[in-house]
Amino acid sequence: MLYYEAFGLEPALSLDPDDLKKRFYERSRQWHPDRFSRASAVEQEKALEMTSTLNDAFRTLRDPIARAEYFLKEKGIELSKEAPPELLEEVFELNMALEELRDGDESTRPQLIEARNRFIAMRDSIDQTLAATTDLDQVRALLNRRRYIKNLIRDVENVLPN
Amino acid sequence: MSFQIDFGGEKSPIVGIDLGTTNSLVAVMELTGPRILSGIVPSVVSVKESGEVIVGAEAREMLLTHPERTVYSVKRLMGRGVDDIQDELKLFPFQIAEGSESTIKLKLGEKTFTPPEVSAHILRKLKLDAEAELGVQISQAVITVPAYFNDAQRQATKDAGRIAGLEVLRLVNEPTAAALAYGLDKRKEGIVAVYDFGGGTFDISILRLHDGIFEVLATNGDTHLGGDDIDNLLLKIALEDIQSEWGIDVSKKSDAVQLLRRAVIDAKEKLSFVPSAAIDLAYGGKTYQREITRELFDKLATPVIDQTLGPCRDCIKDAGVAVDQIDEVVMVGGSTRIPLVRSAVEVLFRKRPHTELNPDEVVALGAAVQAGILSGDVEDKLLLDVTPLSLGIETMGGLISKLIHRNSTIPASATEQFTTAVDGQRNVLIHVVQGERELVKDCRSLARFDLKDIAPMPAGFARIEVRFLIDANGILSVTARDTRSGKEQSVEIKPSYGLTDDQVEAMILESFDKAQEDFNERQVREARVEADTILAATDKARQNDAYFDLTDQERSAIERGVNELLVVYHGDDHLLIRSKIDQLNEATQTLAENMMNTAVRGALKGTNVNG
Repeated sequence: MLYYEAFGLEPALSLDPDDLKKRFYERSRQWHPDRFSRASAVEQEKALEMTSTLNDAFRTLRDPIARAEYFLKEKGIELSKEAPPELLEEVFELNMALEELRDGDESTRPQLIEARNRFIAMRDSIDQTLAATTDLDQVRALLNRRRYIKNLIRDVENVLPN
Repeated sequence: MSFQIDFGGEKSPIVGIDLGTTNSLVAVMELTGPRILSGIVPSVVSVKESGEVIVGAEAREMLLTHPERTVYSVKRLMGRGVDDIQDELKLFPFQIAEGSESTIKLKLGEKTFTPPEVSAHILRKLKLDAEAELGVQISQAVITVPAYFNDAQRQATKDAGRIAGLEVLRLVNEPTAAALAYGLDKRKEGIVAVYDFGGGTFDISILRLHDGIFEVLATNGDTHLGGDDIDNLLLKIALEDIQSEWGIDVSKKSDAVQLLRRAVIDAKEKLSFVPSAAIDLAYGGKTYQREITRELFDKLATPVIDQTLGPCRDCIKDAGVAVDQIDEVVMVGGSTRIPLVRSAVEVLFRKRPHTELNPDEVVALGAAVQAGILSGDVEDKLLLDVTPLSLGIETMGGLISKLIHRNSTIPASATEQFTTAVDGQRNVLIHVVQGERELVKDCRSLARFDLKDIAPMPAGFARIEVRFLIDANGILSVTARDTRSGKEQSVEIKPSYGLTDDQVEAMILESFDKAQEDFNERQVREARVEADTILAATDKARQNDAYFDLTDQERSAIERGVNELLVVYHGDDHLLIRSKIDQLNEATQTLAENMMNTAVRGALKGTNVNG
């Protein structure tokens, strides 16, 4: 997996963030285009290639969620776009409440604030579970659920200023 | 004498340039640290009636006498289209020439210039100043840009460098450069905020320092907010005053406006040090005076200064730090001299900001440090900067799909797959935008990339992989590959704003001739100055007794020397002038020696008399 290779690491779901940062700084010092400004065009091209990959990789790997998504994708495991069935009823009610607030019915506001806080708590709890999960099927299920909840939070926040 | 670094024989130094809205500076890295070369150059360009282009302090004077032939604050126009600058046009006396639809052209007297060409004149002046002071030819530079500059504004700055005959090795963000200059890396670890409030731009950057690495965590700002805006508010008050006092509207008289603008700036600058200052204007036999108190000034400036605080808060949030984790705050840019700016920053960041270095010089000094990093002379420091704006492509319904998010460390890249929608389709158009909003119409169009000559095949069969790459200068490039054939896919770039490569090439060619001309002119001028000196000295010597003690032959050699020098004096061959100077020097040698002896004798005689 390219992003792990960029750091000289074996692909793994979990990694040591301090070690990752240390490797990032070391490799930046070595490969940054600033170090090659008077080198040949070929070397400059290589430096640009190495550092852009390193930076892209660092952005992905330092974030546990982005890392898990990348890891699954590279393993050929796709996330589903379907709603997790256990959330369906809640989502249905939420959409109704959102619709009513958009139409100017303020009475649903407390309900939405409460729903948002509950979703945020769900997301945080998924993040904790994810950090301790190694089984790929479970990771996939958690990521599906997380992505869906993330979109719900976004939808509510779009309607609720602050 | 300054101590020069040995750049390894044939290599000339890389200079660092702060190309500012109001003033520009050039600096170079030396063993003892970065040093400003020559002085501050006002970013003003004027075209004389003779067609000669002048830059700097002299051009700033022309603002008062020939405002219609002079331009300032051109940085506000860099990389912009005529539609974006309507607000600017209300406040700045830019004279837009006809045919500015695709690229802005400014009218200065009989000539027209694009903003990069105007900037190139400023850069060329800085280049010549640096060459004069260092005694070597300069061909490579680091130029600073506001951190919040978008791709088009960066590209325009790079174009300006190329037109001026400079290879721009790196565009470095102004606040980041300032952090380098401040030597903050003495602190091995820490978080630093740089608040950069200049003449026309505002930037805030938050950096993490780690063992010589300056890692930008987040940046924010406004590329059209600066001290200029405060000037305009004061100017408005003064114009209204004058209207009611004199009963005439001078706002259409550009020379009066420029005089008043100068008076307003004087008053503003004084108010940073004294509690009250006057705006003074004498125009057309009338005088106007208005006392401005610090209190009134603060009231006027508050909304402008408040506009900097929102970006600061967003930046802190994006950096993922709490205010009390920020160890130091650094002030950059002339507008940070304003006491109200300093107190606003102190309140927001809850600590006293650094103001030790001259806020006008610190960016150029940092650019020189970055130049030292590129040349390899500075080995322990490294800048890791970010892209200030998200990069996205237009998808269906005018929506944006974000590919590279703002505050991503650069170089950064993203890869996207494209295919065709109809059978036999030969090209795919990709519209790239920059900005944080969800809709294309609210973002900044960067360019349209046309994937051409796709082999005809059924709809959806083509597999074209497009790579978007933002380099260390914050400038985008796009490459494409046909993943079926593995072949490079040709991409035609249509920038939404700014110059095409061909236009820049044409300007470089033109300016190359100009540069040669400039160089010659300078040589001739210098030779003439030297000729003036020796002619004046010879003239004076001819009154001396020693002249009459010369032989006829010696005297006629001097006469001939003077006449021959006068003949070539007005020509444009500096070598010829110099050879005649040498000839006259030789002819007057005996005379000079005799005069020296007489002087010595006289001095000795004087001693005897007195002693």
